[in-house]
Amino acid sequence: MIRKLLIANRGEIACRIIKTARRLGVATVAVYSDADADALHVQMADEAVRLGPPPAKASYLDMEKVIDAARQTGADAIHPGYGFLSENAEFCRACDRAGIVFVGPPAGAIEAMGSKSAAKRIMEEAGVPLVPGYHGTNQDVHILEGHANRIGYPVLLKAAAGGGGKGMRRVDSAEEFQDALAAAKREAMNAFGDDQMLLERYVVSPRHVEIQVFCDQQGKGVYLFERDCSVQRRHQKVVEEAPAPGLSEELRARMGEAALRAAHAIGYTGAGTVEFLLDASGAFYFMEMNTRLQVEHPVTEMITGQDLVAWQLSVAAGEPLPLGQDDLHILGHAFEVRIYAEDPDNDFLPATGTLVRHRPPKESESVRVDTGVQSGDEISVHYDPMIAKLICHGRSRKEALAKLDRALQEYQIAGVRHNIEFLRRVINHRAFASGRVSTHFIGDYEADILQQEQQLTPLKCAAIAGYLHMRETRDLRASAPAADPHSPWHSGDDWRPGIDARRVHSIDYRGHRAEIASVAGAGGVHWQCDALQSDCKSGEIRILPERELALVDGRRVSFSWVDTACGGAIFIDGIQVEFELLPPDIGESGDQAHGLEAPMNGTIIALLVAPGAQVEKDQPLLVMEAMKMEHTLRAPTAGKVQQFLCAEGELVDGGSLLIDFAEEE
Amino acid sequence: MNQLQSKINPRDAAFAENSAHMRKLVADLREKVEKIAQGGGERAREKHLARGKLLPRERIDALLDPGSPFLEFSQLAAYQVYEEEVPAAGIITGIGTVSGQPCVIVANDATVKGGTYYPLTVKKHLRAQAIAEQNNLPCIYLVDSGGANLPRQDDVFPDREHFGRIFFNQANLSAKNIPQIAVVMGSCTAGGAYVPAMADESIMVANQATIFLAGPPLVKAATGEEVSAEELGGADVHCRTSGVADHYANNDVHALQLARRSVARLNRVKNPGLDIREPVDPLYPVEDIYGVVPKDPRQPYDVREVIARIVDASEFDEFKALYGTTLVTGFARIHGYPVGIVANNGILFSESAQKGAHFIELCAQRQIPLLFLQNITGFMVGKQYEAGGIAKHGAKMVTAVATARVPKITVLIGGSFGAGNYGMCGRAYDPNFLFMWPNARISVMGGEQAAGVLAQVKRDQMAARGEQWSEEEERAFKAPIIETYEHQGHPYYASARLWDDGVIDPADTRRILGLCLAAASYKAPQETKFGVFRM
Repeated sequence: MIRKLLIANRGEIACRIIKTARRLGVATVAVYSDADADALHVQMADEAVRLGPPPAKASYLDMEKVIDAARQTGADAIHPGYGFLSENAEFCRACDRAGIVFVGPPAGAIEAMGSKSAAKRIMEEAGVPLVPGYHGTNQDVHILEGHANRIGYPVLLKAAAGGGGKGMRRVDSAEEFQDALAAAKREAMNAFGDDQMLLERYVVSPRHVEIQVFCDQQGKGVYLFERDCSVQRRHQKVVEEAPAPGLSEELRARMGEAALRAAHAIGYTGAGTVEFLLDASGAFYFMEMNTRLQVEHPVTEMITGQDLVAWQLSVAAGEPLPLGQDDLHILGHAFEVRIYAEDPDNDFLPATGTLVRHRPPKESESVRVDTGVQSGDEISVHYDPMIAKLICHGRSRKEALAKLDRALQEYQIAGVRHNIEFLRRVINHRAFASGRVSTHFIGDYEADILQQEQQLTPLKCAAIAGYLHMRETRDLRASAPAADPHSPWHSGDDWRPGIDARRVHSIDYRGHRAEIASVAGAGGVHWQCDALQSDCKSGEIRILPERELALVDGRRVSFSWVDTACGGAIFIDGIQVEFELLPPDIGESGDQAHGLEAPMNGTIIALLVAPGAQVEKDQPLLVMEAMKMEHTLRAPTAGKVQQFLCAEGELVDGGSLLIDFAEEE
Repeated sequence: MNQLQSKINPRDAAFAENSAHMRKLVADLREKVEKIAQGGGERAREKHLARGKLLPRERIDALLDPGSPFLEFSQLAAYQVYEEEVPAAGIITGIGTVSGQPCVIVANDATVKGGTYYPLTVKKHLRAQAIAEQNNLPCIYLVDSGGANLPRQDDVFPDREHFGRIFFNQANLSAKNIPQIAVVMGSCTAGGAYVPAMADESIMVANQATIFLAGPPLVKAATGEEVSAEELGGADVHCRTSGVADHYANNDVHALQLARRSVARLNRVKNPGLDIREPVDPLYPVEDIYGVVPKDPRQPYDVREVIARIVDASEFDEFKALYGTTLVTGFARIHGYPVGIVANNGILFSESAQKGAHFIELCAQRQIPLLFLQNITGFMVGKQYEAGGIAKHGAKMVTAVATARVPKITVLIGGSFGAGNYGMCGRAYDPNFLFMWPNARISVMGGEQAAGVLAQVKRDQMAARGEQWSEEEERAFKAPIIETYEHQGHPYYASARLWDDGVIDPADTRRILGLCLAAASYKAPQETKFGVFRM
């Protein structure tokens, strides 16, 4: 029985583990770096220990510090979460040595799966299917062709020394083989100076389907069905679901059993995931095994009704698996999406900044949010920029998808760029909705999913105008004198006798600059934006702030907002409008004195540059002394000193021009 | 407090007819105001904008806090007074909040005759300063004016209430710590140069504002010196060399921001000395006033119906409800501010005048602002009343009104005739603010009465000469008199000549009164010393 658990991780996974531990009556210890001193996982845990400065190497990856923290707090087990030390065999051994339970597989199993080539050998021996191929050194054309025929077309030619797609070629039939091989070899020779080729079955429309397995220390194992993680972007999973759409019971069982064989082959215990490539024909091939809890484990929890962390803790404590294979059933369908601080319009560049708002949808039986951040937190450069995982369950795939879309619409994030709109485009894509997913999904439908330019729309203009109007009104109310708090001068109603009042704001919305006006008059508040590319350039907006509602031309929509550092973020009916408020144009500053005249009567002490010199703005040009003080004349702008109109030692009058200066054009 | 119960039926025909009539008057007012707000016409506006300048109303918008009301005064100033159109008399004045502080704003409209000062421009400028003084509000002058209108110099320059008074006021307002801030955004020539020069702080817009006592043409004529306007009096000269201006702005928007900052550092703390409560809306919609006020001004109605629609929660505690009933007096709140209301409900008798005097004394004693709702044809006439001393009783009320040192606001909601105007705090009695409804009329007496008096005199003369006067001739004699009175008593005629601070939509009355009471409360309470009451 584990009594006190240290979680050697941060963020959502640390919080998620703490939740289960708490439910089971297990005390929790968090660890943190300086960047996470106020983080949610630190607040949630019963105790917390500082590890060190923000870089992971000096904190979350420092084994000694983590084990020290466990010793110091009397923790009898360490849960590594995922990432960081979770697949580090050495850490696993270090825990053993320290007499602390490592919640995970034995070190040997980690090592066995750590080397890809070794893992494949073990799998082959255990009868786990691998992608058919030829990795031999004999490069005779006929030998290679023979192997190609054995593997079956299409075949993929790969440069043994290769990478980056160079020397890689798909061959669809035996007739093409020799020409293709010659071309690939030439390319490989040019690129790598080595034309040795590998052959592999080219998997058409591959899907990434992984099996969740669980083994206890007594040697029993079960599989908790599959997860389809085909929708990926550069090997980063974007959407995960369970069960995999269109997978037959028979295939599910075969894959599950193969996965268990893989686990048993390496003496696995605890939670593990065996990843397969599944092709259109139903053939599947082993890719790798992850010897830890996966990021996407919640979809499995949603469809099985099990708590995998609870299982982990129980197995780690030496108890047998709580359920047998026959006790496990798939209930409905679940999706997970990963919400990241990143910019999908800019090559998914990670975004950093203050999370001014983080308001996830309300959690329920069918909506789950795993997160480790709260409004006001900083998304820093030090760690993975994942904000949260949103998991939705439904009785059918369609229902789960509808709930997911709704939950994404309700999700409110402001202050950092995020991928919610991108995720919505993915899950609402017709191909995704029909279950036709493959690892090529994002590439295939790039045009539909990526780089959607965000235009201003009438609704967005209404939202911006309404929000700014309300915000200014609020600010004006706040400026009422303390002794006269209800003064109508501070009511913010813009009232004018017989004339409409107009407030004009310059804004920047995703690179679009526009002037948006709010006009207050007898008929309420109207917005107006002449720059809008639409027939509709104005309309009515009424905001009911306390109910987070707005009436846009009489239509009721949800409406909430948050002020950001340089503008605001508005959430109106599932659409987010984050914009920048541009300061008014106060012109070019011409109010600096030229500074080229003597400030008062005095003596020139030194000329600091040669006549004709090109100088930078604020560069010292001349020193004079007056009233026992030294005064330095500096270049008012970048430019050229044409000539000095004075000499060293010369006595000059106040106000007389000392330098003939030409501003840079 | 006592809640007024309206006895008006908004579904009856008279209500609908009254309402339609008033709406027509309001629509006409709105139409006039909208046109006036356009300033000096399309061409002048375009020329102004081409110089990179903001229009005067845009300047005011940029100066005010976003969301601030702007209580604009005398929009109809100079309306149909001069042969040429001078919209709003070429100057926009009003109160609005700047950096949280309500300020009096005076903005020249250079699109109207180059922003030159007509006689009524001067009058409107001086009136704005008077409002600033009476309510202790800072002044911000947005200067863009060619100075005095030269062809009319005799009505602009020499007299006590002429151009020079502007600077006299600036000096004396400043002396009372009523800040004077000038933003020079265009020409500021001759006498006008004293606006920034006399200001506590002044701001100039580079390459756009000029200040000089004499412009380049006059300089050339006087001394032969040739100099450009910018060299003679631009922002560079005055911010760097002469010290006539204090702050250098790059453009209009920048200048207005600097002005906002200037107000933000005034260090003024409001201490109203009033029992202020949270405002409560009246029980009845304010628009009902349209239907309450009879279309025919001679038809009487209960002024409490109006009061019920402008005071908080329609609560009104009457004072001496059973005595002198033609004058209604009582306590209420408007937008949370306490107010004593004096409202006509018929002709003034001795009792009503004494009651009015008593009530005004009460309010002065308690530092409660006074609201006068004028609908008065005058004091009662006749042998019995003269013998009863109605003149001295009226005099008591006039004395009380004239000397009570509390904020006073007057709204002409109907007729304002004769001595009734005095007792009910007409313009001559220096109310802090005075507004007219579009149905109101103001003159020494009604047109009918005046024509009647004049006809009587003429008939007597003719009778003395033994001449006959047919009824038809008499009607022909009276008609132009009635017409002249109607014309000159009309609110537009009155407002054009600054006899009031504006003609207002009756539905805006409550809001305007709230703003006025709030503005007046920036002045510390004063002690009243009444004159001798004739007993």
